[in-house]
Amino acid sequence: MSTLLEVSGVSVTFDGFRAINNLSFRIGEAELRAVIGPNGAGKTTFMDIVTGKTKPDEGRVIWGEKSVNLLKMNEAKIAQAGIGRKFQKPTVFEDQTIQENLLMALKKPRGWLPVLSYRATAGDLDKVAELAREIGLLDELPRKSGELSHGQKQWLEIGMLLAQEPRLLLVDEPAAGMTPQEREHTTDLLLEAAKTRAVVVVEHDMEFVRRLNCKVTVLHEGSVLAEGSLDHVTSNQEVIDVYLGR
Amino acid sequence: MQRSFIARNPSVLIFLACLALFTLMVTVLSEGLGVGMISTSFVKTLGKTLCLCLIAVAMDLIWGFTGILSLGHFAFFGLGGYMIGMWLMYERTRLIVVESLSQAEIPPTSSEVVDAIGNQIFGVVGSSEFPLIWAFADSLFLQLVLVVLVPGLLALVFGWLAFRSRVTGVYLSILTQAMTLALALYLFQNDSGLRGNNGLSGLQNLPGVEVSQDVVSLWFLWASAFALGLGYLLAAWVVSGKFGSVIRGIRDNEARVRFLGYSVEAYKLMIFTLTACIAAIAGALYYPQAGIINPAEIAPIASIYLAVWVAIGGRGRLYGAVIGAAFVSLLSTWFTGGQAPDIPLGFYTIKWVDWWLVLLGLSFVAVTLFAPKGMGGLVDLWTQRRAPNRHGADLGPDDGALREQEASE
Repeated sequence: MSTLLEVSGVSVTFDGFRAINNLSFRIGEAELRAVIGPNGAGKTTFMDIVTGKTKPDEGRVIWGEKSVNLLKMNEAKIAQAGIGRKFQKPTVFEDQTIQENLLMALKKPRGWLPVLSYRATAGDLDKVAELAREIGLLDELPRKSGELSHGQKQWLEIGMLLAQEPRLLLVDEPAAGMTPQEREHTTDLLLEAAKTRAVVVVEHDMEFVRRLNCKVTVLHEGSVLAEGSLDHVTSNQEVIDVYLGR
Repeated sequence: MQRSFIARNPSVLIFLACLALFTLMVTVLSEGLGVGMISTSFVKTLGKTLCLCLIAVAMDLIWGFTGILSLGHFAFFGLGGYMIGMWLMYERTRLIVVESLSQAEIPPTSSEVVDAIGNQIFGVVGSSEFPLIWAFADSLFLQLVLVVLVPGLLALVFGWLAFRSRVTGVYLSILTQAMTLALALYLFQNDSGLRGNNGLSGLQNLPGVEVSQDVVSLWFLWASAFALGLGYLLAAWVVSGKFGSVIRGIRDNEARVRFLGYSVEAYKLMIFTLTACIAAIAGALYYPQAGIINPAEIAPIASIYLAVWVAIGGRGRLYGAVIGAAFVSLLSTWFTGGQAPDIPLGFYTIKWVDWWLVLLGLSFVAVTLFAPKGMGGLVDLWTQRRAPNRHGADLGPDDGALREQEASE
């Protein structure tokens, strides 16, 4: 399987605190990966680096078959290249309808000139409706997204990610604050998405990770502690000591 | 599914109808062409108010919709006024000079005429040479182009520097204040080439036009109303579609917009420059009605008033900005014009000329605290638009994000 994203030897320091320490990570196309680790292990910083929010002190981040250097690009360019990100707290545009949110995310030219003259075609509206059906919000399309429940906002954000048609999806704690039924739906969405693209899920909840049934990377103090199946990493003594034992 | 632009924005049609009706009524009641119930000076005041409404629309676009609290848009307004003022002053002086020199025995050469014009215009600042920036002052067409070009370029360069370094929130507001202050201080200098603190005057006289001010004031009223209508339409169109979604997204949560792949900086720069151009056009129509422009017009306080108008009118809705600008500026004219009756308290007499600013300040604070929707919120009583119950949460994490009371369900 060819590599989609390769992070190698990356380090970043905030005011003397080493958040990421010589981290290396790779993921192939159409792969589902869970990243777990205790608080402060550098999970969110890792996502910040890949999406261009934080520039690392050293290391390389290489993307795609053309081996593009992501560190030279800004957030918007990286997103256009095909990396979508879902934040820990659901962040949708609360003053706008679900339809507007999804239309904005739909994969279309991002420059201001084409956006200014853009009018949604029937095809675009169908695509939005299809996505809304997938995330269970078809009946809510004309509602303001600020009125949605916490779980629905999470799904809307996942729907917006899918609308972007990214090749790599970075998802930060998608199941946080969800009811068991909502979790199940979220799992289905992520498993479905991972059939056609790479998905990285950062998650605290072991039960949720078990249901994803995928390769697991354990982060600790800014670097990779262990990698493999969930059973493999949970039987690793170091992992038990730093994370599971607590 | 996709309805026409007007069907989706019924307020645009209502606004344009109100504007047309207003213009017609003023014309009918004017001294110039009507029954003479409205004095020419009040027609001018109304025409100027329409220009202020237009810059308020621009302010709402940048602040109410994009969340950038620019406190420098009057710099662009003033620059637009200067650009048209240069031609008005040059051409009028030229006509006078040619007239007076025609009495001479030897016909004057063209360089003599230009020298005489320079003497007339720059005599007050102890100079007679035309500075380089007056190079196109003899051409109405070129000066009209400069009305948009000069403020547009300033906005483009300033915006590019500011947005590229990701200056946001209060810091950006301060930066825009600094820009307008620097420009005003520069123009105050006699050698700035625009007559220092004397400014440009006599702008109400259109060169070569023989009709009286009674009629000219109506021409400008119509032009201002037309520009306001057009500007309103443009603004409504810009915010209606996906572009509107993106800029409202930038207002509420710009990081999220960035991660969707939109270049936030490019959008901000575009809207900043666009609103600067609208402001400049408003200024170019305002100052011929005011008759005079000087650097004090560009002082930071003017741009702060602009923000106050939009806040009192209700930001994030275009008609709110217009209502706010019209109401507050007309009220301000009434109070500061000495027309408001003094209130004798026995031990002290409240003179509104002095106390108007205090009243304005208090109403600004009151609106911000108790009626964040502003005067535009009164329309909601009629359209039954309600604010969502969000338990006090804003609609996004950014500084400029819509507040709970400003939103609609």
